[in-house]
Amino acid sequence: MRYIQKGMTTEEIKKTSTKTGSQDGFVYLPLIAGWLVPGGGHFLLRKWGRGALLAASILGMFVLGLLMQGEVYASAHDILVLLGLVGDLGIGLPYVLCRMLGLGDVQVMVTTADYGTRFIVVAGLLNIIAAVDAHNLRTGRKS
Amino acid sequence: MGNWVFQPSHFTAVVLFALFASTVFGITQRETPRSMIRYGIYCFVLFVASAIALSWVMFFIAR
Repeated sequence: MRYIQKGMTTEEIKKTSTKTGSQDGFVYLPLIAGWLVPGGGHFLLRKWGRGALLAASILGMFVLGLLMQGEVYASAHDILVLLGLVGDLGIGLPYVLCRMLGLGDVQVMVTTADYGTRFIVVAGLLNIIAAVDAHNLRTGRKS
Repeated sequence: MGNWVFQPSHFTAVVLFALFASTVFGITQRETPRSMIRYGIYCFVLFVASAIALSWVMFFIAR
């Protein structure tokens, strides 16, 4: 999609055409990559700094949640657990990895474990925000 | 995760949460690096300050 506005100079139109021309391909790839691997969408778009910071923040929060003995939701037996599961799934492949390795299965009744569960859910939700940001960068809605 | 267990204090948990969340907010909600940093700091301060303020409110409610 090209955004050529009325009143743009020839030089500006050329720049717009070159910019959009280099972004051929599947438009949702950064969104999917960003969901599966935290920061992956930004890495795909060669935004190395932003990708690294996002990956460090999201994975850091997820790992700290696990270290606090937080629970990784595996079923959806009531609405609150279902919402937690949706949040957990937002992290992408790390969720699958945790389920395969049996991490986050323990149900420890201490305060920090409850914090850990929230850290894991919020890390997933933040990853969704980051993946949508990568999509916006890809479509040119954000620079 | 094995024998590794992290048990932070309530305040440390708040600060860590605010740090990670505001980093993501700063990067995703603003366009230029300068505005990203400014917005990230703004979110961090709001997170921590509101947690402290609400803690005091709950302290007085509980008395």
